Amino acid sequence: MNNNIIILPIIIPMITAVLLIFFNKQEKVQKYLSAVSSVINIGISVFLVHYVHTNGIISLEVGDWKAPFGIVLVADMYAILLVLTANIIVFACLLFSYKIVDYHRSKFFYYSGVMFLLTGVSGAFLTGDLFNLFVFYEVMLMSSYFLIVHGNSKPQLRETIKYILVNVISSALFVISVAFLYAVTGTLNMADLSLRVAELGSSGIIAAISIMYLIVFGLKGAIFPLFFWMPGSYQAPPAAVTALFGALLTKVGVYSITRVFTLIFLQDIAFTHTFIAWLAVLTIIFGVIGAISFSDIKQIVIYNILTGVGVILFGVSTMTKSGLEGSVYYMIHDMIIKGLLFLLVGIVFSITGTTNLEKFSGLIKKYPTLGWMFFIAALALAGIPPLSGFIGKLKIVQGGFEQGEFVLAFAVLLSSLLVLYSVMKIFINGFWGEEKIPQVLETSQVKSLYVPAAFLLALSLFYGLGTEFISSYIKQAEQVLLSPDLYIEAVLKE
Amino acid sequence: MKKTGLKTNDLILQTITKIVLFIVIIFSFHLFFAGHNAPGGGFIGGLITSGAIVLLLIAFDVKTVKSILPINYVKVAAFGLLIAILSGIGSFLFGVPFLSHTHGHVHIPLLGDTHLATAVIFDLGVYFVVVGVTMTIIQTIGETE
Repeated sequence: MNNNIIILPIIIPMITAVLLIFFNKQEKVQKYLSAVSSVINIGISVFLVHYVHTNGIISLEVGDWKAPFGIVLVADMYAILLVLTANIIVFACLLFSYKIVDYHRSKFFYYSGVMFLLTGVSGAFLTGDLFNLFVFYEVMLMSSYFLIVHGNSKPQLRETIKYILVNVISSALFVISVAFLYAVTGTLNMADLSLRVAELGSSGIIAAISIMYLIVFGLKGAIFPLFFWMPGSYQAPPAAVTALFGALLTKVGVYSITRVFTLIFLQDIAFTHTFIAWLAVLTIIFGVIGAISFSDIKQIVIYNILTGVGVILFGVSTMTKSGLEGSVYYMIHDMIIKGLLFLLVGIVFSITGTTNLEKFSGLIKKYPTLGWMFFIAALALAGIPPLSGFIGKLKIVQGGFEQGEFVLAFAVLLSSLLVLYSVMKIFINGFWGEEKIPQVLETSQVKSLYVPAAFLLALSLFYGLGTEFISSYIKQAEQVLLSPDLYIEAVLKE
Repeated sequence: MKKTGLKTNDLILQTITKIVLFIVIIFSFHLFFAGHNAPGGGFIGGLITSGAIVLLLIAFDVKTVKSILPINYVKVAAFGLLIAILSGIGSFLFGVPFLSHTHGHVHIPLLGDTHLATAVIFDLGVYFVVVGVTMTIIQTIGETE
């Protein structure tokens, strides 16, 4: 059987990125080429979601080498849903970039960088091999180094140095963790690892390695004691890039934690998963503290990423049917909504020239569309019932209660209130009140910026209102997470 | 280096470079083709080729080397990447998984029975990427003031 179609979401952005290097002087070619390839990619991802939905997990043995020996790419429902979401976010961010990024920057390979970032992200979601995961992490991180410094302003340079330093250290830790696990088990294929770790039973060394993986992926995904690099690094680059980072990069870390702790390290759940649960709740607490303490709208949204990561991880740590289902729901919602919020922040910035709440107010009179879009996005972020954030958080809290973790589950619930407060603060101080705008952009100029944001908002609305329609896909994703046998069988085909 | 205004005379360096350059490049080709059965391959081959060009840069100056080799190294890297990807995609045509490679014995008139593998095409891509990236780094740093 030939499942070459799995490689397409990785290979198409890669080819596009290479072709864009050849056409770096022609701005038109860059825009059309990247848009077309992005649309094709969305089409393929939708087809793959449908295909996996009907045929179950599919895997591709790259280079025709049998499973534990070669590299496998595995498309289970969770991975392929995330690939689809990532492609949609990239499409929206590309549309936004066309208006924001000028020729001077785009001729220095901006769109190639975005496409390589997408290559890394899709690869990290689809791979079934631990070292291959590392390689795709590096593809993703290298492009993110490039995108974060692209434009050459002073704060960008400063934050890039910090960002690279942290990520180089975490990558080295990743390699060390892979080496340890390889020394103990002798394999790198995730499905095979799962079997061998299960054979070893609960030994101390496996527990230690699992915590090392938690630290590594926690550094990438910004969980509680390891998030210190994020607020500064995400503040520096322009809005379109921050939207890509906020929606994709941390989520890859969270996805990796989910994958590793639902597939491989299952021997000592009482220790590892309780540990994750506590870290998740602390992440949430620090996230909301940051979000309510700042009066800079970009910082508020950045700290809300932390809260989102914490909520997803708490769902994973419960290891119950509803908890995992909720974390899948919340993951996709969080990617869309963070992309949307950063785009809205970008629009506000290009109107007012500042992101400081104390410097502007009363935007809603001149820009009512923007105001109400922000209002709906804020409600969706907090998880108000008909909107997209609701069902995920409901299921996660339900999972927490099923496990008897009442205190932690209540902390997750209470965090919603503070998240709502933090974004409503933006709405009340920035959009209401008397009109005070440092600089004014013509409404016609802003209108074209609304398109990508409106696209993501519509998607988020559909995700919230069409839960009925989506739930069968999510259930399938959750099944694989809950019973790793399905995954192992699909890969090793015994 | 102290600026004296006088042009330094590096006749010996330049003459030796002209001879050594070819030996280095041939050695890098040798390593490139040896990769399948002996130590070597696209990566080290590419590094040594760029080492040869760096030797040119040391013996002459950036402008001269640019007029000898009018190459845009960024495009060389992109071209290599394209070759590597296409060598993987070629497997689509034969209905086998991505990056499947094949090999066979082919009778070539002058060389006789030769063992050819499609993995060399992938390696050629790696070679170009390494040359392109190394030279881009060195030239960019060399040209900035």
